Amino acid sequence: MRRTLPYLWVGFLLSVPLWLHDQYFLHILITTGIFTITAMSLNLLLGFTGQLSLGHVAFFGVGAYTSALASLGFDVHIFGGFRIVHQPWPAVTGFAVGILVAGLCGYAIGKLSFKVREAYFVIVTISFAEVVRLVALNWVELTQGPLALNNIPPFTIGFPGLWEQTLWGKVPNYYAVLAVGAVAHILIRRLVLSRIGRAMVALKENEPLATSLGIDVTRFLVLAAVVSAGIAGAAGGLYAHYIRIIDPDIFLFIYTVTMVIMVVTGGKGTLAGPLVGGIIFGILPVMLRPMATPEAQWIIYGVFMILIVFFLPRGIVPAVQDWWQSKMGVTQAPVDGARTGGRL
Amino acid sequence: MDQLSQHIVNALMLGGTYALLGIGLTLIFGIMRVVNFTHGELYSFGGYMIFLFTSVLGLNFYAALIVALVLGILLGAVIELVLLRRLRGADIDTTMLVMIGCWMVLQNTEQMIWGGVAKAVVSPLPEEPLVLGSVSVAWLRVFVFVVAALLILATYALIHWTKLGKAMRATFQDRDTASLMGVNINAINTATFALGSGLASAAGALLGPVYLVTPTMGNLAALKAFAIVILGGLGNIQGATVGGFILAFAEEMGAGYISSGYRDAMGFLMIIVVLLFKPTGLFARAERIG
Repeated sequence: MRRTLPYLWVGFLLSVPLWLHDQYFLHILITTGIFTITAMSLNLLLGFTGQLSLGHVAFFGVGAYTSALASLGFDVHIFGGFRIVHQPWPAVTGFAVGILVAGLCGYAIGKLSFKVREAYFVIVTISFAEVVRLVALNWVELTQGPLALNNIPPFTIGFPGLWEQTLWGKVPNYYAVLAVGAVAHILIRRLVLSRIGRAMVALKENEPLATSLGIDVTRFLVLAAVVSAGIAGAAGGLYAHYIRIIDPDIFLFIYTVTMVIMVVTGGKGTLAGPLVGGIIFGILPVMLRPMATPEAQWIIYGVFMILIVFFLPRGIVPAVQDWWQSKMGVTQAPVDGARTGGRL
Repeated sequence: MDQLSQHIVNALMLGGTYALLGIGLTLIFGIMRVVNFTHGELYSFGGYMIFLFTSVLGLNFYAALIVALVLGILLGAVIELVLLRRLRGADIDTTMLVMIGCWMVLQNTEQMIWGGVAKAVVSPLPEEPLVLGSVSVAWLRVFVFVVAALLILATYALIHWTKLGKAMRATFQDRDTASLMGVNINAINTATFALGSGLASAAGALLGPVYLVTPTMGNLAALKAFAIVILGGLGNIQGATVGGFILAFAEEMGAGYISSGYRDAMGFLMIIVVLLFKPTGLFARAERIG
């Protein structure tokens, strides 16, 4: 049962465009998928290393802007009369550059802020996101500022000369999101189930003990930050080339909060948690929309978050796992090696 | 030179309210170890209260200021009693998540009640500015500065010369020992959160007539308060006071001589620089309250 479930799940996701022809729902699924990928990347930091990054949207936005700018080209003047002209690259190359730049930002933030922890780390990450947002808003020559970057080209994949496919429309983009999501999931899974993942969990659970055993704190935390930022940047690239217009509002704090809610609700520190949380909070707005104004929706989210922390502090996935095990009368160690069973 | 002295005066006027915001936040962090995301909401709450009592209900401006302060204290006490009391002993991330939830509820409730359109508060102070040589400053700004300074002094006095203040300082230094000595930690927590919230609400009420009142006005204010707290060192009241003025100077000079678009970025850049070189804040030696 446990073994076949993921395959059934993947098969189900692959089949969706075959029977779901409603464009609106496909759009919801694509954006849900993109946000679920960001939630997965946040979970790597929040769940497995225990660092609450509240500037995560910065990596998403940097990925989106870099990818968009690389594929649109730009012409800017910088200090001292220098001028940088960039000819447009293919969207896929832009996507790769976006991941790279987001990962570099992750490296810088990781290096900088793992010297400082807890409250300081949270505030550094928020500050970083806010600075990036202000740059996107004010560096009009590069980013168009509040006028937004538009006409971002969609992805074109294929092999030059043999076969090419431009991802117009919903269905190809749905599969693109699914593919990136699958790659991200496998990457995170391999990482946290490896020696590196155990080192991260050890650091989260008891840092003095872990360091006394020779685990290099900064190295592992920076590695987690880089991978996490890179994945968030990939999600940003997907978003930019799917929506095809981005403005500085994609850096708003509320998007980070959405990711945090997804991770906390689903269950941080579990591999399935962000997926469950992402799907719940991707679909929930659609269901709430007819009966609640946006403000009422956010109030419901806020109350939900407080209730989850009070009554289901480890999230939905661990709670269901416990229930399942007690029902089956099994007391074996969790199969999911990454489950730390720790407190929130 | 004239331009410089004008910038200095502007920064001084602004710094008072920044310090007020920072002190409230640093007290709450220092004593309760809570990263208070609702601080900005208490600030906008103060703004809306002054709007409600002056423009809607027609109360005297000065009386409305006091009402806003008192209501801020009450709202803070309610948040502490309903949410934070249950979380005593929980780790810092857990309380942070709850405070984020609370922030979302408060901000969107404001949006629902008042709508997204900014509200203007009319002050009774004379329109024409106070002119001193080449420098001119609005009477309202002077009034705001004086009230903020008085509130800061009152907070100092409370912390240093009252029994409650002594209990707060004791709790800050060693919670368990203070508790053994008969300090009621729950009461101290409630008082601290209420005081910090009251100060934020007062800052919002004071700045309501200077700027416009909007549901999201608290977001930037909260981030700036965090910046001030980090500059001064967590839990350090003097640090927060000086930090408030430093931030105001950095913003004013940055806006005046670099680019006004990046005015709000100054605080965040300062946070990053300070944490890079001196992560414990600029005044780290005084890791104590008062």
